[in-house]
This record gives sequence, structure tokens and C-alpha cells, in this order.
Amino acid sequence: MAVSATSQSSTFSQTFYTSLLEIPEGERIRACLQCGTCNGICPYGYLMDFPPGKMIAALRAARFDRVTEADSVWMCVSCYACTETCPSKIPLTLGLMTRTKEELLMAGNVPAELQDALQNSQRYGNPLGESPRKRADWAKGMQPPVPIMAEIRRPVDVLWFVGDYPSYHARVQPVARAMAKILQALEVDFGILGTEESSDGDSQRLAGERGLFEMLAMKNGRVFSQYEFNQIITTDPHAYNALKNQYPALGISYPVQHYTQFLAERLDRLQPLLKREIKALVTFHDPCYLGRANGIYEEPRQVLQAIPGIELVEMSHSRSTSLCCGGGGGGMWLDGFQWEKAHVRLSEWRVREAVTAGAEILAVACPYEAPRFEDAAKMVQKAGRLVVRDIAELLVQAMSD
Amino acid sequence: MNTVVVARLVPDLVEELNIDSSGKALDMAWVRLILNEFDDHAIEQAILLKERSGGQVTVMVADVDGADDVLYAAAAKGADQLIKLTGDWEAGSNNHALARVFAAHIRQLQPDLVLTGVQAHNDLDGALGPLLAHYLGMPYVGYVAGVQPSNGKVIVRKEYPGGLIAEMEVALPATLGIQAADQPPRYVAFSRIRQAMKTASLVEQPVAGLDPGGGPTVNRMFQPEVGQRATMLTGTSQEVAAKLIEIFRERGVL
Repeated sequence: MAVSATSQSSTFSQTFYTSLLEIPEGERIRACLQCGTCNGICPYGYLMDFPPGKMIAALRAARFDRVTEADSVWMCVSCYACTETCPSKIPLTLGLMTRTKEELLMAGNVPAELQDALQNSQRYGNPLGESPRKRADWAKGMQPPVPIMAEIRRPVDVLWFVGDYPSYHARVQPVARAMAKILQALEVDFGILGTEESSDGDSQRLAGERGLFEMLAMKNGRVFSQYEFNQIITTDPHAYNALKNQYPALGISYPVQHYTQFLAERLDRLQPLLKREIKALVTFHDPCYLGRANGIYEEPRQVLQAIPGIELVEMSHSRSTSLCCGGGGGGMWLDGFQWEKAHVRLSEWRVREAVTAGAEILAVACPYEAPRFEDAAKMVQKAGRLVVRDIAELLVQAMSD
Repeated sequence: MNTVVVARLVPDLVEELNIDSSGKALDMAWVRLILNEFDDHAIEQAILLKERSGGQVTVMVADVDGADDVLYAAAAKGADQLIKLTGDWEAGSNNHALARVFAAHIRQLQPDLVLTGVQAHNDLDGALGPLLAHYLGMPYVGYVAGVQPSNGKVIVRKEYPGGLIAEMEVALPATLGIQAADQPPRYVAFSRIRQAMKTASLVEQPVAGLDPGGGPTVNRMFQPEVGQRATMLTGTSQEVAAKLIEIFRERGVL
């Protein structure tokens, strides 16, 4: 029997719509006012054929096939700006945007760059395509040595989930080393998983690869269950988000904190170690997955302010209005694709704001950001002197004699 | 069209390669195997042909580490039949041995088209394709970058240096050495591969024995050696920079 295009697309729209209602708070999509706030707040909304509000309109018109034929959903950096501002509180990022990417991915409609990162994650357990055997190489030669769970074979207080970019990326490995120094200086009883750690998978999930995310999560879950520890801390807000909000549904549930939360609770012990002044105007970039996605705004600022000499200034977009660095939701692996579409970079926009705010140091707390902002600073006028540092790096600088 | 793809697993260059104690071969202890990139294109080309004009795709591999993953990923992309040749692959094998064994198993399937990667990084000569064609009594065209069916034959595209492209008609059955598929190999969602692991059937066929006759013998395998004339500078980056400046001054560059 011949099936007309319209009836096919209406069936697809219906099935897809139903799948959106099934996610937590998903039924709120019924309350979409078509106010367009999401379209306006989306950093790339102006060049999407279908920004979130228009996607919902297409769904209601039973023409969602038009959305999946367009590839503009790959401009979504899962930054939660639309979710944050939606007056009907529709879970746009978690539901609509991510589910749409899942549909495209299942249909094999994936930009080539993203495909590489996903394939690498499948094969090597990290999106960078590095050898899993080299995951703890960043810690080689450190004194005192960084304790690896499989080697120390004893319970620890804190399991530190290091993450992909701190483990492998040349610019972010110093952040991992800084973290180790801080934990050692605070005499925290900690361990890392070393070669047994796999990618947290959160950005792969937000890029539409749910199955891959689950595989990585289960792999990490099996390793967690072999060791004894009281809590997990993460370098990466994305890993924090995965462990806190996604892993429990897969039966993997542990108390977890981002390192800035962990340190903010230990300021009384941290502060006396920070002897060296850093006399500078510092601005803090709220990472999407600490800020909007998880409501953590104060702790990173408290830790920064513990450093003597630092004067905090805010950028025009800060806290819940923070701008994404462009790396979320698969954006980290879609730089070429997004550049072709937009000919602007979100990271450059952010660096311009830091310069306008008069900042000398742009402080970050997410492993995607140091390389992204340092690259951006090379392209932005008057950003030549802007220093990009992870909070952990600034702390270690302040600890040195 | 009934297509058989011969896929090979080759050492993954993400891991470091070491020479074994004989000094004549790779130390396989730490080597991880990965699907040969050109064979990935051969699989993609076969799937594209099936999608465009129907038929059946069979993927055949030697039973080495990672063989199942390669086969199930191919099934998730659309391969119909998965064949794993079991036998003593531990000692390694050369192209002559491979071609004889694969040809014997391919013959039973009576394919219209046999595709394999034009090269592999352990087969830089690209000898497997021509040898397969020889044992199967088929014509061979290598460095193929695109295949279209045409009236019971196929039209293949072949790229030449200088940006020239040739199209040639090949009578079937034929063996082709694939350099690139019409489209880059597709991404297949992990959940689809997991699904294929549950539903696809994988057939094991034992091989009679591997005859390495005709293949080359490696006398010595080694890492690049530091040339006599090179001086390696060691130390911290500052020390190295200071030594470099010294050398530049000596040679009158600065």
C-alpha cells in the first residue's frame, strides 16, 4: 500500500512527540506558549532553520520530518540557555534537543567530525582517540605519586574521577597535575582509577549517542563497584552531571561533587596554604554544567576569592545567563561544522566579554574551556594579554612559595 | 548483486609497536587490532551497492582478536552474512596464505563481486586483492574509488595522480581493491551494534591449513635508527634553547 509523505511524517511526529512526553517533566511540552524566548536566547538560534520553539511548532503541525531533514540541531551546544529561560519550564535541552540528535544519529545523519569522536569513544573509551593504556600518563613522575586504586588496593575517602581531557589533552593535563597537588596539600585520602577509568560519556549522550553513553557508564560502574570509597569528586562538570543526574538511573549511585564544591567545603584548611598573592582582576566563566544545569554558582567564586590579591569582576553574561564556551553537547567535536555554518565562535564572544570586563585572568572550572578560550584569545582584539587558567591552576600558583 | 568483502584486522597504531625477540616481527603481546581502513571502505561500498540495487553482502574475516566486533558492526550497517574463518592465526600469515584460504571459502558463495581494501598497513604492496583474483580466476582492478552496477557489469571509478579520474567497465564476477567507497563509512549507533550482537548469526568456518608458500621472508625489522650526523639535545627546554643558540652562533646563523 502506498503511504503518502504526509501520513508518514505525521506518524513519525506522533511517535517522537510521545517519546518526549515520557521523559521527566516531559509533559510540560504541551504548555509551550510559542513565545520564542528559547529561539532568542539560543546562542546559535539566529542561524538555525529550526530553533527549539520552531521545532515544537513543526511537531504540532505533524511535520517533524522537516526538522530532521535540516541539520541545524547539530548547532545545539546543550548549554541549557533555552531550558533556563523557558516560562513553561519545558526540559528543552534534555528532551527535545537531545532526543532529536538521537533520531538523527540512529538514522546515520552525523557530521563526520562528530563521528570520529564517537567512534573513538566506542573503541578507546575516550573521544580523543588516545590509548586507554596511557590514561594515567599525565601523573607519571609526580612526587608524591598519584595513588591508583588498582595499585594501592585499599579503601580511600575520595575517588577522584579525572576525566578525558585532564587525562590526555596537553593543555589540560597541567590541570590534572594541579588537582593532584591540591589534594595532596590538603592531605586528602584519595585515589584515581587510572587505566580503568573510561569517559563519563555525558557529552556523547548529549550529542545523541545514548547507547554509547550507557555502555561507558556501565563500564565505569563495574569499576566503581570493585573499590571502596566514600565519595567521588570530578575535575569535569560534565562528569559531575553524568554521575549526579544520569548514572543513578542505571543503578550507579554514589555521592559526587565537582572539585570546586569539595574545596569550598574545605576553605578553612585551604586558605592558610594560599600564601602567594595573585594581584589581578579575575573573571569567572560559569560552565553550563555547573551553573545552569546544576545550580552551582557560589562555590567556584568562594574558592577564587580565597586567593589573596584576586579581585573578582563579572562579565556581562554571568551565572544563569553565562554564555557557553561552545564545547557542550558535542560542540567540542563539531568546531569545523559549526564554523562553516556560523563563521563565529562562541568562545571568541566569551573572550571579548572577559576583555570588556577588564579582566586580566579568565578563570575556568571545566576542562573544555582552557584550550577553547586560549585559542579564542589569539583571534580576539586586545585579548593578547588575557590569561586563561583553571581555578585549580590558580590555587597551585597561590600555594607556591 | 552478491558481494563478498574480505576484511582484515591490522595493528592499531594508537598503541606503540615493538619488535619481538627474534628481531624479525612485531611483538604481538601488546598489539591491539583494528579494522583496516580501506576494508572499512570496502564494507561501506558493498552496503551502498546493496542499498542501491539490492543483493546480498557477506563479510569474511580471519578469527583474530576483534573479529566479532568487526562483523557485528558490519551487520549493524546492513551486512547479511557474517563469516569467521577459524584456524591457527597466531603465527601470523602472509598474503599468499590468506588469498588461498579466503579464495577457497569465497568460491562456495559464488559471488558477483569480491571487494577488499586496496592496501593495509601490513600489506603496503596491496597484494591480497590481485592474489584473490588470481585464485578465483577473476579480473582485478585496484585503487577503486566508487562502484556502480550497469547491465550485469560494474562501472568502477579509479583515481589517477594529477586529479584525473577514469571510469572502466568490468565484467562480473570480479575482484576490486577499494581505495574509497562512494561515501565515507557511516557511523552506526552503538545500540544498533548491540542489537546486531543479539540478532545476527555469525558462521564459523574452519580453515584447512595455512600454506605460506610464495610469501616474502623478513630478515630484520627495526625502529628507525638515529643517524650518525644527528646530535640529540637533551635537558630542560631552557637548556635545550641555550644549546641551540650556541650552535647557531657557532655556525654563523645568528
